[in-house]
Amino acid sequence: MSRMLNLVQAINEALDLKLADDARVVLLGEDIGKNGGVFRATDGLLEKYGEERVIDTPLAESAIIGTSIGMAVNGLIPVPEIQFLAFIFPALDQLFSHVARMRYRSQGQFPVPMTIRTPYGAGIHGPELHAESVESFFAHTPGLKVVVPSGPYDAKGLLISAIEDPDPVVFLEPTKLYRAFREEVPEGLYRVPIGKAKRVREGEDVSVFAWGSMLRTALKVAEALERERGFTCDVIDLRTLYPLDRDAIVESVQKTGRAVVVHEAHKTAGLGAEIVSLINEEALLYLRAPVKRIAGFDVPVPFFALEDEYMPTEARIRAGIEETITF
Amino acid sequence: MLAEHDRAERLTEIAKAEGLYEEIHLLKEDGTLAGPVDDIPPEVMVAMYRHMVFSRAFDRKAIALQRQGRIGTYAPFEGQEAAQVASAMALAPEDFVFPSYRDHAATMVLGQSPANVLLYWSGRVEGIRSPEGRHILPPSVPIATHVLHAVGAAWASRYRKESAVSIAYFGDGATSEGDFHEALNFAGVFHLPVIFFCQNNGYAISVPFARQSASRTIAQRAIAYDIVGVRVDGNDAFAVYRAVKEARSRALHGLGPTLIEAVTFRMGAHTTADDPTRYRDQKAVVEAWQKRDPIVRLRLYLESQKLWSEADEAKLQDEVKRRVEAAVEEALAIAPPDMEMMFDHVYAEEPWHLAAEREEYRRTREGVSV
Ligand SMILES: Cc1ncc(C[n+]2csc(CCOP(=O)(O)OP(=O)(O)O)c2C)c(N)n1
Repeated sequence: MSRMLNLVQAINEALDLKLADDARVVLLGEDIGKNGGVFRATDGLLEKYGEERVIDTPLAESAIIGTSIGMAVNGLIPVPEIQFLAFIFPALDQLFSHVARMRYRSQGQFPVPMTIRTPYGAGIHGPELHAESVESFFAHTPGLKVVVPSGPYDAKGLLISAIEDPDPVVFLEPTKLYRAFREEVPEGLYRVPIGKAKRVREGEDVSVFAWGSMLRTALKVAEALERERGFTCDVIDLRTLYPLDRDAIVESVQKTGRAVVVHEAHKTAGLGAEIVSLINEEALLYLRAPVKRIAGFDVPVPFFALEDEYMPTEARIRAGIEETITF
Repeated sequence: MLAEHDRAERLTEIAKAEGLYEEIHLLKEDGTLAGPVDDIPPEVMVAMYRHMVFSRAFDRKAIALQRQGRIGTYAPFEGQEAAQVASAMALAPEDFVFPSYRDHAATMVLGQSPANVLLYWSGRVEGIRSPEGRHILPPSVPIATHVLHAVGAAWASRYRKESAVSIAYFGDGATSEGDFHEALNFAGVFHLPVIFFCQNNGYAISVPFARQSASRTIAQRAIAYDIVGVRVDGNDAFAVYRAVKEARSRALHGLGPTLIEAVTFRMGAHTTADDPTRYRDQKAVVEAWQKRDPIVRLRLYLESQKLWSEADEAKLQDEVKRRVEAAVEEALAIAPPDMEMMFDHVYAEEPWHLAAEREEYRRTREGVSV
C-alpha cells in the first residue's frame, strides 16, 4: 500500500516506524515532544512512545549532541533534532571533536551511531539564520555521512537507512520541500541506500548535479530546455553528499561530456568545487566544456526580502546550462 | 557596588551556615582522623595507598621519559593522586568513565594499562583502548565537552535499566565552559545517574581559580541546578572515596546527579610543555601543598593502624619500580605503527574515496616499488 505524502509526513513516518521497530531508538531535541517539532516532523510520536523515547530537552544544542554521544556509546541509537541548521553552530564542537572522531579514536571500540536531523536551506522566508546551507562543513569532516533527500519517497527510505547506519549521519531536510508537494510513499519499512545518487531525468547533452530543493528547480529548467530547445539533461540527484557517489557522477559525465553543478550553498569552497575536482580527476578527457557551478552567492544568506535572488534562480541555472552546452 | 558586595557576602554566609561550601575532611594532614571511617575496609585503604604510590612513580617516570625525548608532551598529575585513585576505587566495573587527559591515575586503577598511557603520549591511538569489559572512554582533549557524554551515557543506562553510573572527570577550568553548565542542567532536569567529578587543582594552565570564577567554590554551582553538591578535601583519599561512594549510591537509587569538587593541587607544570614559574611562586606553593600531601598522610594513618610497615614500604617501592620499568619497556618495545592504520575505523565500512586514498598511499609509500 502506498499513499500520497509530503516530505515532512514521510519523515514522521520513518521516525515512527523506527521507534516501533527498535527500542534503542530515541528522539531528542527542542520542542519535538508536545509540540511535535516546529515543522511537525515528530508530531504524535510523544503520545505514542512516551517521554523516555521522545524527549523535549532544554534549549542547548551542544548538550543535545553531546548527550547523544553518551547515549550512543552506551547502546542507544539517538536521533537528535536541531531546530534549524544554523543553530547547530553551538554544537559543532561536539560534532567535529567527538561525533566524527569517536569511532576512529577508540579504534572501533566506541562507535556513535546517530542521525542528526535538521531542517536546512533557504526558501521559506524565515528570519535571519534560518536559511543556511553549510553542508560542506560536514562534508569536510571525515567520520560523518551527509544525506539530503529531495522528495518524500527518498526522505523516508534514506532516513530509515540513516538510523540503521552504524556511523553518524547528518540528515539535512530541505525546509522548502517539507510541504511543497506529495509523492507516493509505501507503507512500512523500506530503505534507500546511503551513498547512492539517483538519475531523475535521462539526457545526452549535459549532466546536471543537484540535491535538496535545488533538484526541483534544476528539473524544471531541464524540462523547459528540452521543450523549447531540444537539449536533454541527465539530471542526477546526489542524495548523499559525503561520501559522494563517484560512479554515478563519472558515468554521467562520460556519457554527456558536459556538467553543471547546482547548489544553493555559497559557491566558494562549496560542494560544487569538490564535484568539479572529482570530474577533473576522473573524467577530464571526456569534457567538451568547462564544468560550471551555479551556486548561492558568497554573501551571508541575506534577509528574506532578498532570499529568492540569493538562491540560484531558474534563469541563472538555465543560462549556465545553455552556456555549457553551446560552449 | 558595596551593596552588591554585601549581598554576595551574605549569600556566602547563608550557604556556609547551611553547610554548602564546607570542605569535608576525614583524614587529616598528620594522619589522624577527623571522623569515623568504618565504612572503608582496611584492605581498600591499603589498596588505595598502593595505587597512589604507583601512580606517583609512574607520573614522575613519564615526565622523565618526555625529558629524554622518549615520549611526547605529557600532562602530570602529581598531588592529585588521592582525588583520582580514591574516586576510581569507589566505582564499579560496569560504570562508564569519561576522563580528561590528566586522569591516568584514575584510569589505571580501573584497569587501563600503564604501558597504554605511555603509548597514548607517544602519539599512538592504541594507547586509548579501553580494557576488556570496562567502559573507559578516550580521554577528552577539548575541555568540558565530555561532561555531556557522561550525562548521555547515564541517560542510556537508566533507559536500559542497567545499574551503572557514569562519571566525568574534569578540572576547574572546565567549569567555565558552556558544556559544563549544559551538562549539569540536563542531569538536573532528567535526574540522571551521573557523577560530575571536578578536580579543582587551582589552575587551568596559568589561570588561577580566583580568575577562573567569581563563585567561591565549584560545589556551590550545584545549587543553581538543584542537584547535590559536595566539596571535599581532594588530598584526603577517605573523604573522596566516601563522597563518590555516596554519589554512586544516590545515583543508583534514583536520587539523581552529584557534583563533587575535590580541592587539590597540581604540584608541577600543566604539561611538560609548560613552565609554572611564569605564573606562580612555584617554590612557595609547592612547599605549602607538600604539607597536604595525600600519600604521606595516608601512610601515616596506615602505619598508626598497623596496616603498613617499613618492610611493606620497602617491598612496595621495589615492586613499583619494577612495574614502572616493565610498562616503559612494554611501551617502548612495541613495534612501530603500520602507517596505514590512519585509514582504519573512520567508518564502519570504508567508503570508496578512503579506499582510493589508502591505495594511493600504498602505491606511493617510500620503499614500496611502484
Ligand atoms: C575547548 C578547549 N579550549 C582550550 C583548550 C586548551 N587547554 C588545554 S588544558 C587547558 C586548561 C584546563 O584547565 P582545567 O579544566 O582546570 O583542567 P586541568 O588541566 O587543570 O586538569 C586549556 C586551556 C582545550 N584543550 N580545549
